Amino acid sequence: MSPYAKRLMWPVVILLALVAVNIAATGVDFIVPSVNDDGRLGGAFVNILRRSVPLLLIALGMTLVIATKGIDLSVGAVYAIGAAIACQTIMDSSDQGAAGTVLTAIALALVVTAVIGAWNGVMVAAFGIQPIVATLILMIAGRGIAQLITGGQIPKVEDTSPFTELGRGAFLTIPIPIWIAALALTALALLTRRTALGMLLESVGGNPEASRLAGIRSKGITVLVYLVCGLCAGLAGLIGASNLGSADANNGGLWIELDAILAVVIGGTALLGGRFFLLGTTIGVVIIGTLEDTIINVGLSSQWQFTAKAIVVFVVALLQSPGFRAWILKPFKRTPQARVEAPAPAKAEEAAK
Amino acid sequence: MTVQTLTERPSRSTLFDGLTRYIPIGATVALLAALYLGGVANYPNFDNPQVVAKLFIDNAPLLVIAVGMTFVILSGGIDLSVGSVMAFSTMACAWLTVEAGIGAPLALVLVLAFGTAWGLLIGAVIHYFDVQPFIATLVGLFLFRGLTLQISDTDVSMREVEFFQWGMTHVDFGEIRDGGFWLPYLSFVAFAVVVIAFVVLHYTRFGRGVYAVGGSESSALLMGLPVARTKIGVYAVSGFCAALAGVLAAFATKSANPLANVGAELDAIAAVVIGGTLLTGGAGFVLGTVAGVMVWGMLNTLIAFQGNLSSWWARIVMGVLLLAFILLQRVLARSGEKRRT
Amino acid sequence: MSDAALVRMTGIVKDFTGVRALDGVDFTLRPGEIHAVMGENGAGKSTLIKVLTGVHGHDAGEILLDGEPVRFSSPKAAQAAGISTVYQEVNLTDNLSVAENLLAGREPRLGPFINFRAMRRRAKELLDDIGIDLNVAAPLSSYSIAMQQLVAIARAVDIEAKVLILDEPTSSLDRDEVEVLLGVMRRLAAKGTAMVFISHFLDQVYEISDRMTVLRNGRLVGEWATADLGQNELIGHMLGREAAALEQIERAASAHRVEDEEPLLQAEGLGRKGSIAPYDLTIRRGEVVGLAGLLGSGRTETARLIAGADRADSGTLRFEGRKVGGHNPRTAAARGIAFCPENRKTEGLVGDLTVAENMILAMQASRGWARSIPVARRDKLVASFIEKLGIRPADPDMPVKNLSGGNQQKVLLARWMLIEPKLLILDEPTRGIDVGAKADIQRLVAELSADGMSVLFVSAELDEVTRLSDRIAVLRDRELISVLQDEADMTSERIVDTIVAGGRES
Repeated sequence: MSPYAKRLMWPVVILLALVAVNIAATGVDFIVPSVNDDGRLGGAFVNILRRSVPLLLIALGMTLVIATKGIDLSVGAVYAIGAAIACQTIMDSSDQGAAGTVLTAIALALVVTAVIGAWNGVMVAAFGIQPIVATLILMIAGRGIAQLITGGQIPKVEDTSPFTELGRGAFLTIPIPIWIAALALTALALLTRRTALGMLLESVGGNPEASRLAGIRSKGITVLVYLVCGLCAGLAGLIGASNLGSADANNGGLWIELDAILAVVIGGTALLGGRFFLLGTTIGVVIIGTLEDTIINVGLSSQWQFTAKAIVVFVVALLQSPGFRAWILKPFKRTPQARVEAPAPAKAEEAAK
Repeated sequence: MTVQTLTERPSRSTLFDGLTRYIPIGATVALLAALYLGGVANYPNFDNPQVVAKLFIDNAPLLVIAVGMTFVILSGGIDLSVGSVMAFSTMACAWLTVEAGIGAPLALVLVLAFGTAWGLLIGAVIHYFDVQPFIATLVGLFLFRGLTLQISDTDVSMREVEFFQWGMTHVDFGEIRDGGFWLPYLSFVAFAVVVIAFVVLHYTRFGRGVYAVGGSESSALLMGLPVARTKIGVYAVSGFCAALAGVLAAFATKSANPLANVGAELDAIAAVVIGGTLLTGGAGFVLGTVAGVMVWGMLNTLIAFQGNLSSWWARIVMGVLLLAFILLQRVLARSGEKRRT
Repeated sequence: MSDAALVRMTGIVKDFTGVRALDGVDFTLRPGEIHAVMGENGAGKSTLIKVLTGVHGHDAGEILLDGEPVRFSSPKAAQAAGISTVYQEVNLTDNLSVAENLLAGREPRLGPFINFRAMRRRAKELLDDIGIDLNVAAPLSSYSIAMQQLVAIARAVDIEAKVLILDEPTSSLDRDEVEVLLGVMRRLAAKGTAMVFISHFLDQVYEISDRMTVLRNGRLVGEWATADLGQNELIGHMLGREAAALEQIERAASAHRVEDEEPLLQAEGLGRKGSIAPYDLTIRRGEVVGLAGLLGSGRTETARLIAGADRADSGTLRFEGRKVGGHNPRTAAARGIAFCPENRKTEGLVGDLTVAENMILAMQASRGWARSIPVARRDKLVASFIEKLGIRPADPDMPVKNLSGGNQQKVLLARWMLIEPKLLILDEPTRGIDVGAKADIQRLVAELSADGMSVLFVSAELDEVTRLSDRIAVLRDRELISVLQDEADMTSERIVDTIVAGGRES
């Protein structure tokens, strides 16, 4: 089995288990898409996918940031800012239905969020501030900025505006958010794997000093990655706002940064940087989305969501901790240790001396 | 053999030294004074002493969690769970007294013990399993918000429980009309926490150990200091403070809101950093944290006096200050590094 | 000096995942003696110390302290038993005051509270004892690294130590400070404290130590009274002779004398404070220049300045006749200077990436992220280098961390050969790798230089340096003391003589 498939195996198993629990609880309808009266694809699972799109976009951006040994705590706030800009721009315009208005609003929101992302990147790369600290600033101030844009109100976009299509519409029966997510995933996969960006990211995150000595321009790459992350958060905000038809600066995308980090970690990307898995993150996002439905489907109150997530974070954090694994494996040390031990050639080499 | 004596004068060089050490906190105090004078100049009644007293009434719980956070940040960690633990503690007070019918004093002891125990557990996970503090305390953030909501997803009132009247019982300092002011008991609890924290951090082995671990954990280990005890201890202190803050909130509002204190951890972190504590650990003062909390309170007071400003300006200004302080610390640290090598 | 051993370590074995760091080492420390442990990088000195002080456990062997078998679980436990250590890196917390650092964990107290006045007084006494005078209330960070090191020593001495271990304590000290330290050591020895002294400064070792234990490649070479072992012999023991098993590479260097070639690189007064004194060095086209010296002599530092890995703070560097400005690894690579650093794992390879990815890293870095190397071309290049260098296993998709040391080194070499540099800087390319890979790499260096590439070759093994080099720069105590040019000088003996002589002159 290739190392790539090995990393993806656990997330897939967990997801399948969750889906099985849901099918057991609610029947096969859970997984089988149905076609709604208006010609759109529906059904429980499709809805989970559709609702998970903002989280997915943010988690994809976060994956790249984490690959460089970084983290971006500000994405929830950036989500709120993106949503606020778009909705406020549309609301302030004379004709909410005009395509021009909507496109301007979307473009404005994306540009601003990209700039915010780049700013985070500059703080990290040029000023040498720890990522967690640098992005904490906007995590704290960002929602205030969003509030400022909306003037403390919750701007509402008329249901007739084409803007709402972004979150609610469908194209070829498939919901538009899912199209956007698929496009974003493909674009990022192409951006990182068709160019050398992905490899250089992994190199910078895996061993910064070796990367410097190999002549990699890590600063530019770092800024670019935070920019992409900001852009993803902005786009997520747009979809979220369009789905609701409004932008809530206080609660829009609340704690989404934590969910995103969780999804990245579930997907097999280590918080210490290095190898990253966009597909793994995607599965992680779907797991989180499915988890939320599962709780309700098995008859627990929706309040269990937080508790369940806490348990998932705890288990994942412990499983990633070498200290914990050593402690757990201690009783079985003899057998498993031998297999994970350094490769045979090194031993042979020592013997040859 | 003659004994040669070497001597060297200390150079002012880094963030930890002499005067440089006081630059961040000096800036905070100056800022605080400027905010206050600005308020006095612009708004009538701003010079009423009760305005200052009110800072310590409204922000007593924040002050307490910020003090706990100061311990954690000084040791080089971070605790994201304080807001949720605080809300959970308030809710637990309400549930234990109203629903379970346990005597209030016993309920308080249980809640405080639970907060401390949680801190010990998460500290142990962080230390022994080498889990990042950020992730480990994230568990608490989710878990306690969830548990709080599971106890009740609506407000629970504690008005019926007589014991909770105690917190807002107040002491008057002169007549209000003649420029006096009053403070409730719960503010004195917060002051006591500050004083105890100050003494512990500066005058006990545990406190100095916190600074040592924050300065360099590996060095502290090689120096034979009790690193495990210290690291686990700071999270226990933070857990205790969060639980205590929840109790104070119960006193102050006499009701438990399951969605209270969302984001309180961020306010506490901001207050600590604006108070001059290095986010990477090892340098800072608990009194600075008091100043940081006062800045936060003063901003909110100013906004209240202005009347037509969104309360979100306080968050934005805090963000800007945070940025300024982080850059300032970075510059001071860099100039120190340069001079030394 | 009594014969009763204070510490007796016998047959100590220590394995790190697949690597045997100590192989049946014996070590004896007697009361009141200063015992130097000598050896090159990877000889096992540090591991031996760490086993003794409880940082590492050992896999076989026995430690007796005062005749009692002991096994320490942590440095703290070792301290409690009277074994105290001062490391090369100052292991104190510089955000606290001098007094706190001296007494952390043992502060005088009044009830539960620290008595700061008594603490300062006690700290002052401690420093007086060893002959330094500081403001003990000032933060440690306001003093020089050297002074911090002396504070660390004062701290260690205070812990009623029966055994004091000094691991390269003098590397950041100047002459006066070293004198103070040696004075302290003599006084402690007179009081009966036994000391283990590790230093790469031979003068200091000869001045202060009573006995020496020499290690090489994790094995014990022997133990001598210092007075009985000359410097030449000592260096011979430390560097050793290659096993005859190593296939002899003819001195390929002689085949292409390059005196008349134009200089490719000229360093004039290039230096960096605290790491290497300003030096002049010229490298001609197609020439192999060796850098020889003991551990800590500045050989790595010399190479790093030329490579652009560290910034020089004095002097100029000319490459192909033009002055080099803004020197860093990226611009160096663009000019054609490639650098394989000393430490493969932490500075060379990205362990999680595959063999192929690690190989093309430098080439890709020079193209920028947007211009990916086409897959077909990449595969072809990688395959050809795996073939050419004999990398095993020949799997380009294997994570490089799973390869053995020798194969990892070849991957690193391939990374730089891919960009076809004009100057290849190799810092200890053969350390810790097996004999076969060693021979491969040596042969490769000879071939590359025959093809016209210049090579700067750093190695602790003199045989290797003499075999490959056209000229050899000899370093000692962070100074370039001599450049050997004549064919007749290309011998280990001549290098050792130069190192020893260099010490006497200064």
